Amino acid sequence: MSRTKPSVVRPQLAKALTGIQGLDQVTGGGLPRGRVTLLCGSAGCGKSLFAMEFLVHGAVRYGEPGVYMDFEETEKKLAANVASLGFNLPLLARRKKLLVDYVSAERHQIAETGDYNLEGLFIRLGQAVKAIKAKRVVLDSIESLFTGMADSILLRSELGRLFRWLEDRELTAVVTGEAGDHTLTRHGLEEYIADCVISLDHRVTEQIATRRLRIVKYRGTFHGTDEYPFLIDSEGISVVPLTALALTHTVTTERVSTGIPALDGMMGGKGFYRGSSVLVSGTAGTGKSSLAAAFAGAACARGEECLYFAFEESPPQILRNMRSVGIDLERWTRKRLLQFHAMRPTSTGLEGHLSAIRMLIEKARPRVVIVDPITNLVSTSGTYDVKSMLMRLIDYLKVEQITSMFTNLSSAGDPQELTTAAVSSLMDTWIVLRDDHAGDKHTRELYVLKSRGMAHSRERRELIVGAKGIELAMVSGGTALA
Amino acid sequence: MKKIPAKKRRPAKTSGSDFYRLRLYIAGQTPNSIAAIANLKTLCEESLKGRYRIEVVDLLEKPQLAKGDQIIAIPTLVRRLPPPVKSIIGNLSRTDRVLVGLDLRPAR
Repeated sequence: MSRTKPSVVRPQLAKALTGIQGLDQVTGGGLPRGRVTLLCGSAGCGKSLFAMEFLVHGAVRYGEPGVYMDFEETEKKLAANVASLGFNLPLLARRKKLLVDYVSAERHQIAETGDYNLEGLFIRLGQAVKAIKAKRVVLDSIESLFTGMADSILLRSELGRLFRWLEDRELTAVVTGEAGDHTLTRHGLEEYIADCVISLDHRVTEQIATRRLRIVKYRGTFHGTDEYPFLIDSEGISVVPLTALALTHTVTTERVSTGIPALDGMMGGKGFYRGSSVLVSGTAGTGKSSLAAAFAGAACARGEECLYFAFEESPPQILRNMRSVGIDLERWTRKRLLQFHAMRPTSTGLEGHLSAIRMLIEKARPRVVIVDPITNLVSTSGTYDVKSMLMRLIDYLKVEQITSMFTNLSSAGDPQELTTAAVSSLMDTWIVLRDDHAGDKHTRELYVLKSRGMAHSRERRELIVGAKGIELAMVSGGTALA
Repeated sequence: MKKIPAKKRRPAKTSGSDFYRLRLYIAGQTPNSIAAIANLKTLCEESLKGRYRIEVVDLLEKPQLAKGDQIIAIPTLVRRLPPPVKSIIGNLSRTDRVLVGLDLRPAR
């Protein structure tokens, strides 16, 4: 006897993990299993790499062998292209995990003399699938057939038949297509793909190249229509997910020291919340890096690992400068508790940069992250971009319960400059540093502009960076005590 | 099922610059395949009498042969001799195009 099922039962759409960093998160588990996914975009946008990663990860990690039908490059060329990513296609082929079939359809060697169909292609594909018991198939780029054969009406109906053929065999397939002028693909392949369409884009604005991925359509799955930045590097593609986390990360009441006892004092005597984000802004030479170094040092002293992203100074320079103000970071680098990563933001573009940061964080799994300064990131891109990218990074850090400190250089005479304002809303704590010229006396001042969820001092303090470290003093003639 | 090579080894001669070795790929006995075989026989008898050999390959029986000659469409006729290797797709009903494709008649 069958039980009556409650009407709320929804069939869960089966999905196949791609193994592509971040993509499985934004798609809620990968591509639709047993269906055809269209991957479109202009030349050089990363389609082939995406498709190859889908197959290699499928074969290596998920036990699903795959067939790569390549309409553009020969097997050898393709193998050479992906070898740089550590994919050993010949080895995978020998183990019957992956099979590359090069299909040539060049017009000059084909004359058309009457009715025909693409049964030859079906037979080849069927043969390849059978040979390695494939579960995944890539057709890259099937649109090449249109340049090789004249009868486009016949081709289109045959492609429709091919996609059904794939689905009948429950193969999870990725079909690539070149972007057209006003259409997703030059030959309208999107008309035949009902389940999932992903578009890749490679834009250059202000000399900074950024790659983006958009899920145009994904039947039966909730997906954001946002564009997700992605990066191609030595480890392949990684998509930076917009946090669909909707601020649900757990918060802790645990506190961590700022590394400066007096500053801890201003923050209810305990310092920052673990997992919170801290912005330190100030004009040049006000001691932002010193504050960051003190915080990093305190983390290491607790035995926690710290990642320090240096965008302006080289690590030796930072170490030397900090030694001069009594902060010895070198012992922590020797113990490998403190790791520096120095890079120039402009070299990879903002998205690439933040993706790189994220990957390094994922690898090192630190408890504390320092970005010094974010100003350089801001300078490479518009304010809006920075904000959305930083939001993703910060959300990620929060989920991982990593406490982060970002320094930001504000220019003198422009205290509320846009970039600071744009990113400050993302920060839990905002510490402002500034120069003060009271009469002939030149001092540095520090105050806590905001710190969410705690009673904090609102007073200004004099920041004294001396040979013995950082101290805070009451501002002479200042307003009150704390 | 055994495929009958249509005209097998008519003359003793099997090579030479004017000898044609043709291979026709089909997939089962579809109307298009049958038409292609018939069209090819007629055409060869008219234009290549005594200096050709036809081999019919049914990919339903020998699917592994599809890759070697880069077969996508069915039917496909491959001219293996004389060089260079050429491919002609379709049921060979347009004789003029087949003749041009086989270099038996100059292209316009």
